[in-house]
Amino acid sequence: MSFEIPIGPQHPALKEPVGIRVTVDGEIIREADLRLGYNHRGVEKLAEQKTWTQNIYLMERICGICSHSHATCYVQGVEKLMEIEPPKRGLYIRILVSELERVHSHLLWLGVAGHEAGFDSFFMYVWRDREIVMDILETISGNRVHYGINAIGGVRRDLDEMQIKHILDSLEVLRQRSAYYEKLGTTEPSFVARLAGVGYLSKEEAISLCAVGPTLRASGVPMDVRKDDPYAVYGEVPFEVCTAETCDVLGRTVVRIKELMQSYNIIEFLLKNLPAGPIAVRAPRRAKPNEVVSRYEAPRGENIHYIKSNGSDKPERVKVRAPTLANYAATIKMLKNGFIADVPLIFAAIDPCICCAERSVAIVDARTEQEKIVTMSSLRELSLKMTKHQARKREAEWPL
Amino acid sequence: MLQKLTQWSRLKSPWILHLNTGACNACDIEVVAALTPRFDVERFGILLEGTPRHADVIICTGPATRQMKDRLIRVYDQTPDPKFVMAVGACAMSGCVYRGAYNIIGGIDQLIPVDVYVPGCPIRPDALIEGVVKLLDKIKKGTK
Repeated sequence: MSFEIPIGPQHPALKEPVGIRVTVDGEIIREADLRLGYNHRGVEKLAEQKTWTQNIYLMERICGICSHSHATCYVQGVEKLMEIEPPKRGLYIRILVSELERVHSHLLWLGVAGHEAGFDSFFMYVWRDREIVMDILETISGNRVHYGINAIGGVRRDLDEMQIKHILDSLEVLRQRSAYYEKLGTTEPSFVARLAGVGYLSKEEAISLCAVGPTLRASGVPMDVRKDDPYAVYGEVPFEVCTAETCDVLGRTVVRIKELMQSYNIIEFLLKNLPAGPIAVRAPRRAKPNEVVSRYEAPRGENIHYIKSNGSDKPERVKVRAPTLANYAATIKMLKNGFIADVPLIFAAIDPCICCAERSVAIVDARTEQEKIVTMSSLRELSLKMTKHQARKREAEWPL
Repeated sequence: MLQKLTQWSRLKSPWILHLNTGACNACDIEVVAALTPRFDVERFGILLEGTPRHADVIICTGPATRQMKDRLIRVYDQTPDPKFVMAVGACAMSGCVYRGAYNIIGGIDQLIPVDVYVPGCPIRPDALIEGVVKLLDKIKKGTK
């Protein structure tokens, strides 16, 4: 007998409303279906009523975790439309903030992964150190989450020597802590055993389902917009694209830890080679009729903004393709033939950002079969209960 | 006697339900950050709960989208009395930048009664803690 279990939309584990409907056969998931639209606000339509500058702050509030990603992606597009070139120092500061954002986002995810795997002390440790990054971002921009550092034609705030020194000092602490987490992960067999083999997505499937970001890179595809189509100053910054071959949640964790290390190197490089000069150029109020596609590597994957101007001081159309949306198809695939207890872990592994993805409304008919309401927290308990007495897989190795 | 005991436990350990009604995730992350070691609200007995049936306080973030409207009212109805609502962030208070968007109701107080407003876009964890303290004061005085 198979029956359907709706999960969500009220969703204590992930803090955002999304509905997952899974059809199960005993413990095994046969079919999965995502129900979206709880977070749809109408940002794209609203963007047409605001001026170019006002829209920076609207785009920033598409998402609270990758706020700088959306703002930068939008600003890059508008700069192309207005045919202005921001000064070097401005670009360096912009990319610096974007790498700091990647660090805070990956640390956040690492904590959530620990929490979903039942390793709560790891969650608390990681989030404690995430506060260091939040402090850096606060000293640079004045706010913890929505930085508001971007302006059309550059950035709004400059860095001084004291700030650079503060960032470099904090970076040293972060490096040590991250190395410690790496070690903790490698020597913790139950943590590795919980993640290994969960949510398998092969290389071919990842490509055909258009997965992006760490989800794709964990399936062994070295694809990163920063490398493939370098925007801003990424052409001159040395870094590596991190991949893993295990194609599971463990691989996604490894990719993110490796990317943390790369981000620290990028930040150090940017601060040591910060050019002198102005941080912004003056931008015109209007843009000529034209259209542009802007790409950006957000912490979760490739972010695409399409912007069309009609000669006025407002955009005619702004379309946002957030990375989470691109990963949904792959998530359905990963959930199939897995256990119910693995749902939170697999779903968390794509680092879903529902508010990013919700600009299109999908309407799904409610089916009237036997249903059981399950909350994410009780699912998590089930997941912990199930794996508690499982024999530890000694052969499971941390592929770092 | 029993009433005194419930009042005491309510003040000493308010259980919180966190409900995202269409927020941009920033407030939500800051609510979680309030639970982690730097701010650590659990030392005051504040506990995050997964289900509305266990909660005393509903923390709402987000400008209330039309899709979440019915769910928000349902969650409010499911919460046992006495229940308190905190509107957290500028969105939950008035709609913030989304004001004017077609899918936004604009403010939690249009749908359910709100006891405490916490301003900020997003709120800081310290602001959230102060909001909870104000709410507890309110409960103590009995002026709901």
